[in-house]
Amino acid sequence: MAGTLSVSRLAILKPNLGSVVPCLTVQSRNQSTEAPVTKAKYGPLADEDRIFTNLYGRHDWRLKGALKRGDWYKTKEIIEKGPDFILNEVKTSGLRGRGGAGFPSGMKWSFMNKPSDGRPKYLVVNADEGEPGTCKDREIMRHDPHKLVEGCLVAGRAMGARAAYIYIRGEFYNEASNMQVAIAEAYQAGLIGKNACGSGYDFDVIMHRGAGAYICGEETALIESLEGKQGKPRLKPPFPADIGVFGCPTTVANVETVSVAPSICRRGGKWFVGLGRPRNSGTKLFNISGHVNTPCTVEEEMSIPLRELIERHAGGVRGGWDNLLAVIPGGSSTPLIPQSVCNEAIMDFDGLVAVQTSLGTAALIVMDKSTDIVKAITRLIMFYKHESCGQCTPCREGISWMNKIMTRFVTGNAQPSEIDMLWELSKQIEGHTICALGDGAAWPVQGLIRHFRPELEERMRVFHQKDKKAAASN
Amino acid sequence: MLANLRKIGQNLVRNGRNFRTSAVPMSDNLFVHRDSPEDNPDIKFEFTADNQKRVEAILALYPEGHKRAAMIPLLDLAQRQHGWLPISAMHEVANILSLPKMRVYEVATFYTMFMRKPTGKYHVQVCTTTPCWLRGSDEVLKTCKDVLGIGVGETTKDMQFTISEVECLGACVNAPMIQVNDDYFEDLTADDTKQILCDLKAGKKPAPGPRNGRFASEPAGGLTSLTSEPTGPGFGLQEALK
Repeated sequence: MAGTLSVSRLAILKPNLGSVVPCLTVQSRNQSTEAPVTKAKYGPLADEDRIFTNLYGRHDWRLKGALKRGDWYKTKEIIEKGPDFILNEVKTSGLRGRGGAGFPSGMKWSFMNKPSDGRPKYLVVNADEGEPGTCKDREIMRHDPHKLVEGCLVAGRAMGARAAYIYIRGEFYNEASNMQVAIAEAYQAGLIGKNACGSGYDFDVIMHRGAGAYICGEETALIESLEGKQGKPRLKPPFPADIGVFGCPTTVANVETVSVAPSICRRGGKWFVGLGRPRNSGTKLFNISGHVNTPCTVEEEMSIPLRELIERHAGGVRGGWDNLLAVIPGGSSTPLIPQSVCNEAIMDFDGLVAVQTSLGTAALIVMDKSTDIVKAITRLIMFYKHESCGQCTPCREGISWMNKIMTRFVTGNAQPSEIDMLWELSKQIEGHTICALGDGAAWPVQGLIRHFRPELEERMRVFHQKDKKAAASN
Repeated sequence: MLANLRKIGQNLVRNGRNFRTSAVPMSDNLFVHRDSPEDNPDIKFEFTADNQKRVEAILALYPEGHKRAAMIPLLDLAQRQHGWLPISAMHEVANILSLPKMRVYEVATFYTMFMRKPTGKYHVQVCTTTPCWLRGSDEVLKTCKDVLGIGVGETTKDMQFTISEVECLGACVNAPMIQVNDDYFEDLTADDTKQILCDLKAGKKPAPGPRNGRFASEPAGGLTSLTSEPTGPGFGLQEALK
């Protein structure tokens, strides 16, 4: 790994594109190889295999409706079978965290099963959904809240947690209300609380509203914020599984990850692992926004081709597939991919790493040829500048700096050599901060330079030509 | 002596660009408190009787010794009671949690939802981040400014409306959208925006949600999934649980 880094650093110092591009192929964010193909075709998912059956809110979201759709069915038996059964099912299912990083959930949850030292353990559910492009957890919380409440109990049992705190972003007031109603219903029906579901296990679920800070979606920042402090990420180690919220062992998990756990336990990990490619298994909520005919949130099988996903569910790109300019495939933090790459891209963890981007939260932002791509990315950098917590210098200063440079790039008021400078700057931010916000801000810029360098250079040429003409006419 | 003075003088000249006469605006918010007639520590702030009960309920949610966790919910409650968050409300929260005032100040300045200056009855928050921008949030923002006659960050004279430009509100497939107080208005056009603001001005309560005819985040003009009736309890149950 160290070798890879030094090679890329050397290559970047040479200010020509030819040397930058090969180093990119050397560099990838993980060591995974191509996932084996097990089926001829991935997607579309059959309705009976969908977990979030009330995603669009067409049915009753309250307890009565949830029971009718099969929530809270045999939960008592699942709880009574104990942590080993649940962890085993989740491990078999190959479920990977749905919040962006894609860490295997079974393994993460099993970190909590150390001998107790007397401190209570907590499950914290990360519902601070703020990544531009992402709006999947919102649909779960407002239309299928009982899936999350039940998920808290099942996941909490797997970890031996005493309570779950659901940290929801402050702007989601109505979603938080729905959750609160669902929690109250579950308490009244004896499904959570003392002797949850009659299994003899005590478990509480508590809602906590944030107050508007994207950074609180980072797990340690979320813990800090939950403790009533500024949402500034903590240095790890100690990891939350050792010292988390209120100084107790904690696991932070995304809403979608927690919500699918009961369904996995009921239908078995084997069912879940049969969907999608190996190591990328299961179903996933995709958000398709931007320049498509019918933007929507949809649950689909992992490993579905990007093009099929857009054309089947989002009504295709505005003006046809050939009008596509680029797609940001996994929320704003992931590097964009141009149309030529989109043709073959596969929507799963390995498939997107193979094209130098990442699945992230599976939120596709589609941009057609009418888009000012430089401005679109500049707006994202502005977002990161606004949301940087200011703790680490590379992120706080670097993103402001990138923002200034990018703002000039929009009009073309820059020198071509500054493109390499910007690249180097983004590399100096990436990996040099406590949390991943710095990385998330650097990658969109890197994606832009990787695929749209000619566009940037052309803008500068046009700008300087105009400048010269203006000077001559004066 | 003279040589020393000269040296100092030269240094001053060389480092002259380090001196600044005014603060560099690095953020869209003021982070220091300035006493004003409507916001100073002498104005008394107390939770109402109803809210006192809520305060106790909130405090009960967190373990003993970690009551500080109630800070954000309490500040939010204070803001809901007062319309915005004056410094005396922060002091009251510090009082309840037995914390130094500074601990509350730092939280109140960190989070964007705490409004530390007088805010209109309707807080119109326009999302302008990329997914909304791609679908025309510029037009929505312009309409808000035109209809209300104020700029971003300003409040109308009658204290009815405040416009804020905010970052992603997490309703990207329903872009462009605005949030007015707690409600989301989605899938907007300039006309829809105008309609919503006019309704609010007239004292009516416009219905929140998408404006293009769909119910939530399903594809407009026909479902592509979830068309069949949801499966009932026990569907596909694994052997071990039977």
